[in-house]
Amino acid sequence: MSKAVSVLNGARFSGLAEVADAGLVGMITLRGDLESSAVAAAVQSTTGCAIPAVRKTVEASGNSVSWMSPDELLIVTAYDQVADLCAKLQEALTQEHALVVNVSDARSCFTLSGNGAREVLGKVAPVDFAADQFQPGDFRRSRLAQVAGAFWLDQGGAFHIVCFRSVGEYVFNLLKTAADPDAGVGVYS
Amino acid sequence: MLILTCPYCGATAEETELQAGGEAHLKRFGPGSSDEEFHDYLFVRENPKGVHFERWRHTNGCGKWFHAARCTTSLEVFGTYPAQTTEPPQDIQDKISKKRPGWSWREFSCASAKDAS
Amino acid sequence: MLSACERSAHMSTRLAKQGRLIDRSKQIVFTFNGKSMLGHPGDTLASALLANDQMLVGRSFKYHRPRGLVASGAEEPNALVGLGSGTRYEPNQRATTTELFEGLAAQSQNHWPSLEFDIGIVNSKLFSRFLTAGFYYKMFMHPKPFWKHVYEPFIRQSAGLGKAPDKELVDADTYEHFYFFADVVIVGGGVAGLQAAKTAAATGAKVLLMEQNAHWGGRAPVDGGTIDGMEAEAWVTKTLDELRAMENVTLRDRMMGAGVYDHGYLLGYERLSDHMPGKPGPRHRLWRIRTKQIITATGAIERPLSFAGNDVPGVMLAASMRDYVVNWGVTPGKRVVIATNNDDAYRTALILKDAGVEVACVVDARRLGGGALAKQVRDAGIRVEDGRAIAKVAEGKRVTKVAICLQNGDGQSIEEIEADAVAMSGGWSPVVHLWSHCGGKLTWDDTQAHFRPDPNRAPLSHDGLPFVSTAGSASGPMGLGAVLSDAAEAGAKAAEAAGLPAQAPVAAVAEDVEETQMEPVWLMPANADIQHRMKSWLDYQNDVKVSDVQLAAREGFESVEHTKRYTTLGMATDQGKLSNINGLAILADSLGSEIPQVGTTTFRPPYHPISMGAIGGEARGEIFQPLRKTPMYAWNDKNGADWEPVGHWRRPFAYIRNGETQHDAVNREVKNTRENLGLLDASTLGKLIVKGPDAGKFLDLMYTNMMSNLKVGKCRYGLMCSENGFLMDDGVVARIDDDTWLCHTTTGGADRIHAHMEEWLQTEWWDMKVFVANVTEQYAQIAVVGPNARKVLEKLGGMDVSKEALPFMEWRDGEIGGFKARAYRISFSGELSYEIAVSASEGQAFWDALMAAGAEFGVMPYGTECLHILRAEKGFIMIGDETDGTVIPQDLGLHWALSKKKEDYIGKRAHSRSHMADPERWQLVGLETVDGSVLPDGAYAVGQGINANGQKNTIGRVTSTYFSASLNRGIAMGLVKHGRKRMGEVISFPGTDGKTYEAKIVDPVVYDKEGAKQDV
Repeated sequence: MSKAVSVLNGARFSGLAEVADAGLVGMITLRGDLESSAVAAAVQSTTGCAIPAVRKTVEASGNSVSWMSPDELLIVTAYDQVADLCAKLQEALTQEHALVVNVSDARSCFTLSGNGAREVLGKVAPVDFAADQFQPGDFRRSRLAQVAGAFWLDQGGAFHIVCFRSVGEYVFNLLKTAADPDAGVGVYS
Repeated sequence: MLILTCPYCGATAEETELQAGGEAHLKRFGPGSSDEEFHDYLFVRENPKGVHFERWRHTNGCGKWFHAARCTTSLEVFGTYPAQTTEPPQDIQDKISKKRPGWSWREFSCASAKDAS
Repeated sequence: MLSACERSAHMSTRLAKQGRLIDRSKQIVFTFNGKSMLGHPGDTLASALLANDQMLVGRSFKYHRPRGLVASGAEEPNALVGLGSGTRYEPNQRATTTELFEGLAAQSQNHWPSLEFDIGIVNSKLFSRFLTAGFYYKMFMHPKPFWKHVYEPFIRQSAGLGKAPDKELVDADTYEHFYFFADVVIVGGGVAGLQAAKTAAATGAKVLLMEQNAHWGGRAPVDGGTIDGMEAEAWVTKTLDELRAMENVTLRDRMMGAGVYDHGYLLGYERLSDHMPGKPGPRHRLWRIRTKQIITATGAIERPLSFAGNDVPGVMLAASMRDYVVNWGVTPGKRVVIATNNDDAYRTALILKDAGVEVACVVDARRLGGGALAKQVRDAGIRVEDGRAIAKVAEGKRVTKVAICLQNGDGQSIEEIEADAVAMSGGWSPVVHLWSHCGGKLTWDDTQAHFRPDPNRAPLSHDGLPFVSTAGSASGPMGLGAVLSDAAEAGAKAAEAAGLPAQAPVAAVAEDVEETQMEPVWLMPANADIQHRMKSWLDYQNDVKVSDVQLAAREGFESVEHTKRYTTLGMATDQGKLSNINGLAILADSLGSEIPQVGTTTFRPPYHPISMGAIGGEARGEIFQPLRKTPMYAWNDKNGADWEPVGHWRRPFAYIRNGETQHDAVNREVKNTRENLGLLDASTLGKLIVKGPDAGKFLDLMYTNMMSNLKVGKCRYGLMCSENGFLMDDGVVARIDDDTWLCHTTTGGADRIHAHMEEWLQTEWWDMKVFVANVTEQYAQIAVVGPNARKVLEKLGGMDVSKEALPFMEWRDGEIGGFKARAYRISFSGELSYEIAVSASEGQAFWDALMAAGAEFGVMPYGTECLHILRAEKGFIMIGDETDGTVIPQDLGLHWALSKKKEDYIGKRAHSRSHMADPERWQLVGLETVDGSVLPDGAYAVGQGINANGQKNTIGRVTSTYFSASLNRGIAMGLVKHGRKRMGEVISFPGTDGKTYEAKIVDPVVYDKEGAKQDV
């Protein structure tokens, strides 16, 4: 798939934290009854991940599954695996009222890592990023300054940030501005 | 700036994550309804000084619509609850009765007042 | 050679001793009105000006009276300067809160041509008797025609405080926001704030303590006293060290609590580089804090006394004068008269004397005078006069003479004292602003003659419980011991209210002097005559005097809120920090009422002005607003796109080539698309997937026409109405499989219609089994339009796009040129047309492939204006042009799209309301100008007769109007009364250009009426 490019095409910025375009990321929206054992079984068998608890992300087998709402999951996988995974999920959910849709190209993804990451995100989202309040595995949909966004903290301490593709450039520039090396707040370190 | 707890995702969301949606528990009138019923459904709203039931959407969040019971003067929030209901849950009505004895809103009112009547 | 002190009899100067905050070993050069001056690190601009004998710092707003420093902190009303230059110029900066830095350049304000010699002073000399309360209201009412030519220009010229920055220059600094969460936030880093923080933090609560100045400890290090057996300053240092060592405590200096808002929301305004401009990083940071509890430890502000000439430079608040001495080692004069109604001012006498400044006399308005402190002062050999008052300070640019009288008299002078400075104290008022912002109520304290927070009527949070409390002098008590015990208790209580385990507060123990009760003095002397009252200032910044408030009362202004607006008392940038209590006491007296009955005006945030930059935060330059960009944005930009904002999207209006005007480019695009091949970046159109067993039923309710019976593989144009019946969106719906539909919306409709569908599904029809997903941005969608459309796709190869394999209004999945694609045969132009969706990440590559393959077929990209012209020639409506939220499908002749078979759809019931079925509603028609010109957009057609306002009756309006390159004349659509029955009639549209346009009512479809071109 050499013709496909992400919005920021691998851009990076290093300041208070490392901001990096995550490149092409496979993403699937799954809407269905998250209480249903059929949905749980389908997700488990295709992604290796259990259904996450409310506002949590589960990582396994190189995939992750995040809780978007009571009837929606965000499944993240490798970009070149997404069509295959979509098909498998659809197959597994034939008997269920569920919607599986590839949204890989509808989004921009970034990683934010390093000591200043909590502080940088704390400048753009109205969320408490203190270490005891936002922990690895926590997932949140909120606002990134003027646009909607979602983010989770992985077990390695890096934030994964997702926004709509059309505002990818805005969000990258926003994170870059917030990560100005001379703009440290100094409350989380 | 208000904070409301979304009953779906549990997030304590500030107003910038939310969108206000007006009065809760409206009954829809469609084809076959009288002119008066339809007019009231479209245009007539409660505007209380005190206890009010409202619709809110966690727009910059889980995206779900929910209901909030709130005092319009003190901004006290008595509770939030899912949108898939046609009337305020009893536990929230009871909570309001404790804090605002004698309250009433549309056909709903303070438990003690109901007992008295 | 004479020393500086000996050169002049009247002198403000640097003292040989004192100055705890300055570093005398280093010098700083700065300028004031271009004059070079010297100061020290640690100085404020105010202290440095005093050290340079610059008593005159500005002119007053209305009368241009000479003004000097009155205070030493945020409450300063006079010393406002223009600071910096060029991209860092800012007007109205307070000298008292401006830390001195190398190269600081300040300009005084409100004078012309110079500070020393000002023409505007004639206002004061000649017109002051006319510029009384309500002057503007009275003066500028009549005669009416004078408003535009005389009054308005006059007011505009004299309006505004300071000079606005050059509008062509861009602020050189950056700003940001920061969200922070805490259990307890304490505003104010004086001893009360420190004590409260210590007690709260001991419980383990997450505590944020902020101090607006660069120094901690507040007044205590100046006022003296011992805490836990040590000097106040030592206790401050020790406590700070303890707090810094605690992980649950965050300390921020140079950060002001700007405002308290609902549900524990607090704004902190942090000034990061005002003390060293150009320092890398943001200049201000606005902290958006959410906390369970707020403690305001904001201290108290000293009140001035209202005597004649209380605004002459050199008249200063007593505590501020000792601040200047102790903190910065400067004195505003060599011989000082002190006027007071309380014991605290005696501290100033002792400190001045100790610093070598002569205290000529302490004038104590109380008949029986002061207590222990007064005795100390007398014992030090200073003259003290009880029951006396200042009758008048001689007018001028600085204090020279002070006339003394009986407080109980009318101002008859007993003696005149030579002096070059006056220290005044009218008592202390707690800083209640933050307490009051969100509804905290006040109570009148008779013993201290001030309003203080009423702890029983605190601001309430989301749980209905109090979330703001006060600590220290902000609560009312002024003595050191009482301040500390009040603060310790506040800290413990707040932590407990925030949900932490209760702990008994342990307060530091202080020794302080017992004070004799103050006596309220609202006017000095008590029976001052009008000549004195007219020179007794209440509001320095807005030039409001005792006589103005009294006049307002006589004229019937009884409400304090009305008096405020009528006189402008307390409406300046200092928001009446000094003037409010004195002003309302005068008002109460004039009304024969009590102060608590008159009440206070409303306290509104911010406490102290904050910069616009801080409010805007990071939102400037390229991230001022989120721009939504399609996958082909960069290509479009490189290829001449003239951008048009469509919501937050940017779409090419036209692609302008070298030498072309916008009009040329549009015409070229129209012609080329009609004759050859055009490409449109249609990626912004909304795409919603609707799936589930009930999806068909649901869509039948969403759309006015039937969608459930659409066959898989086919497309149908649909309309959506609001429950009010008004048209809100339109688009082509495609049936993907048995239980899946894809709904196209307008560009602006994607998020709105997605939300609309979710709202009905979540809140009304939650039993329906339907899921909706917004996949708008998953796809790059390109409209391939024109007679050569099929040829280019066939050349790229892949799926069969023939008429037979892919008929009009159908769609197919497949590959085109090696790209996985979905092709819709739909047309918004009347030409042979395909809309091809590929994954957004491949959008640019696919566009490139189309451009390359299309070269031999005359391919050109086209923009939104061409799109509009093409659709208007076909009579297709556009949401937002033909609709405006008041238009129903019937108005537009779209009856065919209103299903009669369906029992219900959103808007159906509304369409049978009487006004909706009214035959008088305006109807969509085509409009053809008689002379071929282009009708002005939005023009109204006029008919017979006039309305109640004497205007011609309107009978229609233009909704879309363009120059059609295909027809070489103007084309338009409009809504016209009885339009469909008036075909061929000519109606007139008066333009705003003075011309009247005659247009014939015609069919809206003016190009290929039969639709032969799109169905080939």
